[in-house]
Amino acid sequence: MSTLVITDLHVEIDGKEILKGVNLTLNTNEIHAIMGPNGTGKSTLASAIMGHPKYEVTSGSIMLDGEDVLEMEVDERAQAGLFLGMQYPSEISGVTNADFLRSAINARREEGDEISLMKFIRELDKKMEFLEMDLDMAQRYLNEGFSGGEKKRNEILQLMMIKPKFAILDEIDSGLDIDALKVVSKGINEMRGEGFGCLMITHYQRLLNYITPDQVHVMMQGKVVKSGGAELAHKLEAEGYDWIKQELGIEDEETAEQEA
Amino acid sequence: MTVETKLAVTAQDVRSFSEANNEPSWLTELRESALANVETLPLPKPDKTNISKWNFTEFPSHVVESTTYASLEELPKEVKSIVDAEKQHNIYIQHNNTPAYLELSEELKAQGVIMTDIITAAREHSDLVKKYYMTEGVKADDHKLAALHAALVNGGVFVYVPKNVVIEEPLQVVFLHDNADASLFNHVLVVAEANSSVTYVENYLSTIEEAAGQVNIIAEVIVNDNAKVIFGAVDVLAKGLTTYVNRRGILHRDATIEWAAGLMNDGDTISENITHLIGDGSNADSKSVVVGRGDQSQNFTTEIRHWGKASNGYILTHGVMKDSSRAIFNGIGKIEHGATKADAVQESRVLMFSENARGDANPILLIEEDDVTAGHAASVGRVDPIQLYYLMSRGISKEEAERLVIHGFLAPVVNKLPIEGVKKQLTEVIERKVR
Ligand SMILES: Nc1ncnc2c1ncn2[C@@H]1O[C@H](COP(=O)(O)OP(=O)(O)OP(=O)(O)O)[C@@H](O)[C@H]1O
Ligand SMILES: [Mg+2]
Repeated sequence: MSTLVITDLHVEIDGKEILKGVNLTLNTNEIHAIMGPNGTGKSTLASAIMGHPKYEVTSGSIMLDGEDVLEMEVDERAQAGLFLGMQYPSEISGVTNADFLRSAINARREEGDEISLMKFIRELDKKMEFLEMDLDMAQRYLNEGFSGGEKKRNEILQLMMIKPKFAILDEIDSGLDIDALKVVSKGINEMRGEGFGCLMITHYQRLLNYITPDQVHVMMQGKVVKSGGAELAHKLEAEGYDWIKQELGIEDEETAEQEA
Repeated sequence: MTVETKLAVTAQDVRSFSEANNEPSWLTELRESALANVETLPLPKPDKTNISKWNFTEFPSHVVESTTYASLEELPKEVKSIVDAEKQHNIYIQHNNTPAYLELSEELKAQGVIMTDIITAAREHSDLVKKYYMTEGVKADDHKLAALHAALVNGGVFVYVPKNVVIEEPLQVVFLHDNADASLFNHVLVVAEANSSVTYVENYLSTIEEAAGQVNIIAEVIVNDNAKVIFGAVDVLAKGLTTYVNRRGILHRDATIEWAAGLMNDGDTISENITHLIGDGSNADSKSVVVGRGDQSQNFTTEIRHWGKASNGYILTHGVMKDSSRAIFNGIGKIEHGATKADAVQESRVLMFSENARGDANPILLIEEDDVTAGHAASVGRVDPIQLYYLMSRGISKEEAERLVIHGFLAPVVNKLPIEGVKKQLTEVIERKVR
């Protein structure tokens, strides 16, 4: 079993503190969901874990099986087993999806032990069929001109090809039609198991209908303010976030600022 | 102030060289009168690069002797890798200044196609060569470097495609440079007669790291009515060579030219690619990629000049700048008065990979006619750190991520190269240069 432990994480962007002490522990064989109003720091958390260049961790720690993640470069974090399915994946012109994926896979293998082209293509075709993707997408440039839903599906394809220990999926469900949502969920459920843990950031219960989370966390104002089981998401879907704010006495600082 | 021209070659040398080669008298005279003008003519003035202190005139020797090859089997491995011996039946190889190998299929010969080294061509097809040699395209009195070239031509190739002849297989020419004392004054003359079609690919390849010579290349491509030429070029010349390369297109009515160039020299380089769209309905498409590295300084001018009505000109340049290399990318679309319905579009993109690299895209549209369409786009920027982050977040190292981004950035031109072996070679050269 592997464990990702986030302790009292503070993160700034352009000098503004966004995360104000996040605590979270994720084990393999677990799926957690993070929910919360817009702008409360969910993507910031995901980016800080992966090592996005714009986000500065000012204090706290992220440990993966006792290894200090914050000491690692972005590629080292990925090699150590972390994966981030991004809310807005980059487009890279001139680099085919297939070449990119092969580089990603070979980056995890020793020089001289690169995956054979045949084996790679077989595996890629299989995964693409599983995700009901058009096989032509492999030869298209990475995310270039992909629709919102196609990009998300492509993130899951990468997830399935790379097979990380921990995946953080940032709004993997947004922009997906019902069929695509089912397919993407099928992909994540396929990964579910012994060697895999997942942190899903989402706004919607509908994703959680397909992938039942073991734990649900609510983020507000840069902190995890409440955690519970799958039933917590149902309650949020039915009642929104106000009851949590009231229960915890949280002032609505963002709106207050905006109105001023 | 210009540096004094210290030419090691005298009028007597030029005359003896010409006579030793049994050149027709018109060529000997052309050489002599050009040489007389070298001293007085001014240097060309590439926009935004001052070349007045560059050395274009000093070199160890005018001609070096090199080996010839009896078969493609004998080629050095670097050349073998860009020549598909199985498929390539029309190929000319020049070894430094020596014509080293020539193969032209019987079928093409029977159709009247000519491909041979320029000096043999001047001897054997004197009238034909004389008609086009520095007459319509570049002229010997254009400037100092054209004159120097005209005086000292010591290599090059002549390609002639008669009327209505359509050549499917590409013609390949390799200029192999492996003698540090060699200088290349190559003249390339491609003439496509009416309704003909040809793909010509030339490859300048240094297999030594450093050299001391001069490279002064002029290529003239004459595309007659309704003919089409695809001209591919990959230049990989060693550090220490100062290169002036001038590739000129002259297009007549409804003629088409497609330039695809990988400009990968390691030395200081002035490259000029000008296409004159003389005929109505003529078309030019010029694509080039550049990788600058080390401390080299380069200037690339791509110009399409519209004289004919409804002529179309497209320029696409992608440059990658590394280390402390500098380059200017001049893209010029000029529409002359009377060229109604002309369309001039150009795009230059420069990507810088280091703090000290400097790339400058300089798009110029000069329009003397109202009823035309024109547009340009230019960008100079650094590699997007978010793109690198995305790639690295999949476990790809920073170096590999940069490599992918560079290849991707250059792909639109690389993919256009007409010979697989050359495309592969360019990809490998880019790989080597960006590492
Ligand atoms: N460059 C920046 N300067 C200042 N504030 C920023 C900057 N970038 C992001 N922020 C702020 O950080 C806060 C957290 O953003 P984040 O993307 O983490 O929110 P989120 O919880 O993922 O929201 P959503 O649900 O809308 O995706 C937002 O208020 C955002 O405006
Ligand atoms: Mg977000």
